[in-house]
Amino acid sequence: MTVVMEAKGVRRYYEVKKGMLAKAATVRAVDGVSFTLEAGRTLAIVGESGCGKSSLARVLAMLEPPSDGELLIDGLPTLAPEADRRVALRRAVQMVFQNPYGSLNPRHTVGRILEEPLEINTDLSRDQRAEAARAILARVGLRPEAYGRYPHMFSGGQRQRIAIARALMLKPRVVIADEPVSALDISIQGQILNLLMDLQEELRLAYIFVSHDLGVVHHIADEVMVMYLGRPVEHGETGLLFDRPAHPYTRALLGSRPRIQTGANKIPRKTLSGELPSPLRPPPGCAFHQRCTFATELCKRDRPELRQVEGRAVACHHAETVLGGAD
Amino acid sequence: MPALLEIRGLTVEFTTSRGILRAVDRVDMDVAEGEVLGVVGESGSGKSVSMLALMGLLGSNAKLTADRLAFAGTDLLTLTPRQRRKLVGKDVAMIFQEPTTSLNPCFTVGFQIVEALKEHMGGTRKWRRDRAVELLNLVGIPDPGARLNAFPHQLSGGMNQRVMIAMAIACQPRLLIADEPTTALDVTIQAQILELLTRLQRQHNMAMVLITHDMAVVSETAQRVQVMYAGQLVETRSADDLFSRPRHPYTAALLSSLPEHAERRARLATIPGLVPGIGDRPVGCLFSPRCAHANDRCRAERPDLYRDPEGLARCFYPLDDSGRPEGVAA
Repeated sequence: MTVVMEAKGVRRYYEVKKGMLAKAATVRAVDGVSFTLEAGRTLAIVGESGCGKSSLARVLAMLEPPSDGELLIDGLPTLAPEADRRVALRRAVQMVFQNPYGSLNPRHTVGRILEEPLEINTDLSRDQRAEAARAILARVGLRPEAYGRYPHMFSGGQRQRIAIARALMLKPRVVIADEPVSALDISIQGQILNLLMDLQEELRLAYIFVSHDLGVVHHIADEVMVMYLGRPVEHGETGLLFDRPAHPYTRALLGSRPRIQTGANKIPRKTLSGELPSPLRPPPGCAFHQRCTFATELCKRDRPELRQVEGRAVACHHAETVLGGAD
Repeated sequence: MPALLEIRGLTVEFTTSRGILRAVDRVDMDVAEGEVLGVVGESGSGKSVSMLALMGLLGSNAKLTADRLAFAGTDLLTLTPRQRRKLVGKDVAMIFQEPTTSLNPCFTVGFQIVEALKEHMGGTRKWRRDRAVELLNLVGIPDPGARLNAFPHQLSGGMNQRVMIAMAIACQPRLLIADEPTTALDVTIQAQILELLTRLQRQHNMAMVLITHDMAVVSETAQRVQVMYAGQLVETRSADDLFSRPRHPYTAALLSSLPEHAERRARLATIPGLVPGIGDRPVGCLFSPRCAHANDRCRAERPDLYRDPEGLARCFYPLDDSGRPEGVAA
């Protein structure tokens, strides 16, 4: 197994000005994330809006430097490398964004959108670039005529295919997909997920899959990291986490997802009360304790660190009780 | 039970630079007092437009025709705009997908709730204010008295959606139209909002039309479901029947394309092709180019809605209990 990406205690802080005279506050959008990702595997990052999953994605894609911690790609550090290696590093990680309407330049043809990364990062000739673009169009299931057309002439699903094609132009090792299917209709969503899985198998791509849709995550991910207020609260194999969640928050997320049910005895959803606390004023102790049914005095005081419990990492003082199954 | 809302042959056409687009094509809909009707379909299926038409919220490039459009026995087609406004917002209310953009950013949420009360209920200033506090409390907003003075940008998406619901139920409507009320919200907040809506619906015996593309939400909330495709109603029946034994191939295909219904990491079932656009409506059944069971008859003739024991399906060869088309040799 080849590790293609490794995060070691990655943090990303933002300064927020609260007024002309007030001292700037610090938002800890990502507060200590570590993982290793192997080629051909998918790590899903899930959580509510404001949990830091998109900030983390931007750091992993090297769009923003981490405030602290280290990001390694193919075992090499990404911070301040020599200029020539930086180019190679950037090619190794590519990103697919949520909104295929906003992430493609409306004034460029699809051909130009696809060739631009090659123009900047490689010394291929014009003909070679065009050839590569046409090859990738066929690979993502678009017709050759697409080459000369503009993004507005395509549907949402087709645009997301173009965005995926663009991400693949530089033959990356890791693709970071930030909610890649949440803007699409159900029937189209399946087509894009199938495409992503096929490409992964064929090219041994590693995916970081950021999503709030647990049904999609369950389907596509090998492992899942659940984030809450900038910190991972549980991280482990998908099947394990979905069948036996050890963190009360993971449990609440799974319990609140809608399920297709028929008949008279529908299981009511377990709803979680309250909302995500402000990241400007995170509560003391465990960040989740105000919404947690398992919380005790200990949780209000001490922040739990990630520890290994039954095959996964979990940050909860009461993980054993949660696994014990008591409601 | 007499229908609270009765729609027959509703058609909405838009004049565009590329010709006339029929966004809603002769749709029928009945909603009984206290009933929850789910309307599902993909983007462009006409599910939102048909409800906007009912509310009189369509732009000037839209042309609306209907055989009958009646609410509680009142014919909406013959009402003057002034009479219609008395009804809309009071007896029929609507909430939208994006709470943050549906509220006016220049006014406090208290002002916006009181405005609806003033228009339809009158009362003293103090009564309206008390009622607004009561409404915010009802939708589960903590510290409602203080929140009246908050502007929409000071509240989260979930809180804004609660404010929208408070506004919609301010005058105790008999019918609430909820257009993708939880799509923009997180799963945990989504569950809270749906719970709130169903609780209010039960308490006030309010009828609700829930428009969504989320099949799971519909299966949990609605008693009856209508499936729309390319502006047409293609299937309607009780939620239980629809989810356990869909008759229309489109409904069946939609259900089987959900990741929940597939093995993990297995290829998902998909519906090939796209919803037909303005210029490429097929001659026959609108779904025939994407249908796995279509034959020459489907491609040449448009099917009507045919009645079966449990509901209606717009298909010449509706699926039987095992999911195979009826009357076609295997």
